Amino acid sequence: MSEHAPINPAISVRDLVVDYGVRRILDGVSLDVPAGRIMVIMGGSGTGKSTLLRCMLGLKKPTSGSINVLGTNLAKASQKQLYAMRKQTGVAFQGGALFTSMSVAENIQLALREHTRLDENTIQIMTRIKLDMVNMLPHEHLMPSELSGGMTKRTALARALIMDPKLLFFDEPSAGLDPVTSAELDELILMLKNTLQMTIVVVTHELESAFKIADRITILGTGRVLESGTPQQIRTSPKPEIQALLNRKPRENVLDTDAHLRALMGEAPEPEDKA
Amino acid sequence: MSIVTKIENLGAGTLDVVEQAGRTFNLLLLVLWQLFQPPYRLYPIVRQVYFIGVRSLTVIVVSGLTIGMVLGLAFYNILERFASVNLLGAGVVLSVVRELGPVMTALMVVGRAGSAICAELGIMRISEQVDALECMAIHPDKYLVLPRVLAGLLSVPLLTAIFDFVAIFGGYFVGVIMFGMSDGAYMNSMIDILDWEDVRLGLVKSLIFGVLITLICCAKGYYMHLSKQGTQGAEGVSHVTTDAVVLASISVLFSDFIIGALMS
Repeated sequence: MSEHAPINPAISVRDLVVDYGVRRILDGVSLDVPAGRIMVIMGGSGTGKSTLLRCMLGLKKPTSGSINVLGTNLAKASQKQLYAMRKQTGVAFQGGALFTSMSVAENIQLALREHTRLDENTIQIMTRIKLDMVNMLPHEHLMPSELSGGMTKRTALARALIMDPKLLFFDEPSAGLDPVTSAELDELILMLKNTLQMTIVVVTHELESAFKIADRITILGTGRVLESGTPQQIRTSPKPEIQALLNRKPRENVLDTDAHLRALMGEAPEPEDKA
Repeated sequence: MSIVTKIENLGAGTLDVVEQAGRTFNLLLLVLWQLFQPPYRLYPIVRQVYFIGVRSLTVIVVSGLTIGMVLGLAFYNILERFASVNLLGAGVVLSVVRELGPVMTALMVVGRAGSAICAELGIMRISEQVDALECMAIHPDKYLVLPRVLAGLLSVPLLTAIFDFVAIFGGYFVGVIMFGMSDGAYMNSMIDILDWEDVRLGLVKSLIFGVLITLICCAKGYYMHLSKQGTQGAEGVSHVTTDAVVLASISVLFSDFIIGALMS
């Protein structure tokens, strides 16, 4: 697909506001995820990445604003519409969220058994195809407690792929993985986009991984979109917050321990601080 | 702590209790609705009947036998003073069938299976397994809660029947085998006194307890992310599990009185 071709957004978020009690977590977030592309959502801890992902999955109702996923406005969707949308999406959760009472193969087959009337033979074949895609075929009989971190993530990915979704979400796919496994997972994500033309949303902290796989990157900072664009646009952004994130610079006030402690204790800054 | 803070805490606590009761009732309505929605799967119910029913058999048989023997001993000593030991069977069977059978069975199921159900659902909630089900367009209330509540509805009355049978044998063992009273007297007094109304009362209680305890334990685990106790993770699971066992046990005892009063 050409970079200049007209692209319909698979996800369109407009003026999204999410409050948890009195705390505002997302404050007017707007973004588009073009169909068939990989969108990486980045940002520091507590910037609202996970909340944004939960809103896109329909797990959290926004306070205001709209989220349109594959033509369904999640803010106003009935449960039936929400579940119809979810049948076209797959999610690989950060910790895998595998069902511990089921084997690897049973985890993957669950959605097929619940939503289709396929015969047992077809279910087995489809399971094996997905397991083979993620290199988990030899481990189909293992229980989740017997899997390593990388195997858990790959199983979660196979489970997310079983219904051949149009849209795939990854929550921190590289978290807790060694560099080799992380790179393998990145290759797998790219393969899914290139071969199956899937739209993929990845929430991650990993800069290297993000720039390797992203078509577009959105960076969040305290509930707002700091920057959104291609990896090249993000790299050349003049905004100091973006450069601090890319260059892994610690925030200045974190280093000023004395001032921070004084502020916590409610004391006035020292005279020289005022100067 | 100032008086205002105390009143605020009391109000917040009351609101929390009302919210929890509302959520549990809402879950019951959801489960009833999902009962009639396809797909209809038997295997998850059978699996839960095995977990709640079959795996509780040992504890039910042991507690039934013990309680039957204790009842036999207590009634024998009392009836002996009135020269009415022939009524031992009647005393044991009425106590067991009307009250102790359903209540003790429910309490045993709460302790053995209810706590496990609550902890399992709580862990599924915090490890995003419930979210994963939702994202797979599988209704978690249908997939996780409905089979457990139906299994409770089926298992608890059956376990109660087993408890009753074993407890009556416990009384028989004490009266007839230990103290040498006539087995005919024991059996006849039992058959003469027992009415269908007594059996029906025990059955109704066990059906209600079966739904009540599984529903409370499911709701506590399922909604643990909404708990206002401010703890999540392992500590949160331990809190809600303790709460579930206490609440389910108290609900059994309280509803035992209510049902007894309404049906007597």
